[in-house]
Amino acid sequence: MDPIVIVLIVIAAIAVFLIAGFNRLVTLRQRVKEAWSDIDVQLKRRHDLIPNLVETVKGYAAHESATFQAVTNARAAAVAAGASASPQERAQAENMLTGTLRSLFAVAENYPQLQAIQEFKDLSENLTATEDKIAFARRFYNGNVRDYNTALMTFPTNLYASLLGFKPEQFFELADPTEREVPQVKFTTP
Amino acid sequence: MSSAPLTPRVNIYDAAAANRVRTVVLIVVFVGLVTALVYFAGEYFAPGGGIALLPFALVFSVGSSLVSYFAGDKLVLAQSQAREVADDEERELHNVVETLALGMGIPTPKLYIIDDSAPNAFATGRDPKHASVAVTRGLLDKMDRTELEGVIAHELSHVGNRDIRVMLLVTVLVGTVVLLSDWVTRSMFWGGGRRDRDRDGGGGGIIALIAIVLAILMPIFATLIQLAVSRQREYLADASGALLTRYPPGLASALRKIAADTEKLEVANKATASLYIANPLKDHNAFLDGLFDTHPPIEERIKRLEAM
Repeated sequence: MDPIVIVLIVIAAIAVFLIAGFNRLVTLRQRVKEAWSDIDVQLKRRHDLIPNLVETVKGYAAHESATFQAVTNARAAAVAAGASASPQERAQAENMLTGTLRSLFAVAENYPQLQAIQEFKDLSENLTATEDKIAFARRFYNGNVRDYNTALMTFPTNLYASLLGFKPEQFFELADPTEREVPQVKFTTP
Repeated sequence: MSSAPLTPRVNIYDAAAANRVRTVVLIVVFVGLVTALVYFAGEYFAPGGGIALLPFALVFSVGSSLVSYFAGDKLVLAQSQAREVADDEERELHNVVETLALGMGIPTPKLYIIDDSAPNAFATGRDPKHASVAVTRGLLDKMDRTELEGVIAHELSHVGNRDIRVMLLVTVLVGTVVLLSDWVTRSMFWGGGRRDRDRDGGGGGIIALIAIVLAILMPIFATLIQLAVSRQREYLADASGALLTRYPPGLASALRKIAADTEKLEVANKATASLYIANPLKDHNAFLDGLFDTHPPIEERIKRLEAM
């Protein structure tokens, strides 16, 4: 066979290979975006629930204003982060919000009448359900990020991916309230 | 085997791609089988009649494929006497389904309830956007939260993997094949075929033989396909469901409860049995051990879940 033909065939094969790799990256990146919008919807729902919750608790525990202020501020920060920030920054804001919510529920614990009213029960149940959904949406998102990042970093895609503008995506890491804290190890010198 | 670690993450996109191929193969095989049956049956009754019947056979088989593709879920749900759950009732069920659907990365399917005290569930539909999950009243009453999550996660894996489409097509098409060949067999014994068979000799005999063999073997063949298809994917859905909840004991305990329940699900039948999470008919065919079971043995499924 003519050597030129062979060279052409090899070039064509390489081109097909590169195009397939490129298309795969585009598909994977698209999946990451879709998964992210699932998280986004649930985070917004959580933000929407909080003002009502704060108002309800306020009706019974008006003097705990520091706690309410902390929740309201953290919520505002989380909403602001939702407008533009990266997954990492959003996760930070959400973690702050989770922390303040925990102290809000700790406050609510001290008011048995509050615990008894239906509205409070519904709100806290809704909030728990939403947080469950965030946890699952996050898992799906992180799975897709991992697949995309792996494709990005493996040979031979890693050779040309960055040239074409593909960047690794960030994981969305939330503090899991059930996770055990890392034990603090201190070495004291005698 | 059973000590194998947790199955590697089953990517729903990969499973979905494999099932898309299966769908096409299934429809092609179905159309081919029906056409062959009609052709030979036609030749049997009147030489040359097979060719004349071919267009009808094609229209019929393509038509019933389309019907089962687009309306099969409604047929199955109606046959199971399932009613749709309103948004404001069964809040826990809604929550479980919505949450797990997010984890699976699929839209929330429509929810149906079958008013029967036997615990069971199935999923159906042509793709995740047109999917439905049906659970029995007994399932809601007898399962706790983690068990319900296990069952729903199993069903949503079927949705995410596009198993539901293949299972639905198989169910409706196998039903059609069985009906059709039943019809042909009957008219062969009672119809006017004998006249033609007497008239010409050897050639007609062979065609008659093929027609009879097809009419008898097709339902068996079709049923075997249905069973083979459904058993493998139960294990897969168990595994990916357990992976979704991160809690295999939930589904294992649900399966144990379902197995211990001796009640038969009244609205299930032979055609729809393979759709359910566990055999709703409670019949065990010891004679052809395993060959005609719609589901893998429940003990084996529990064992695999416990090994995860």
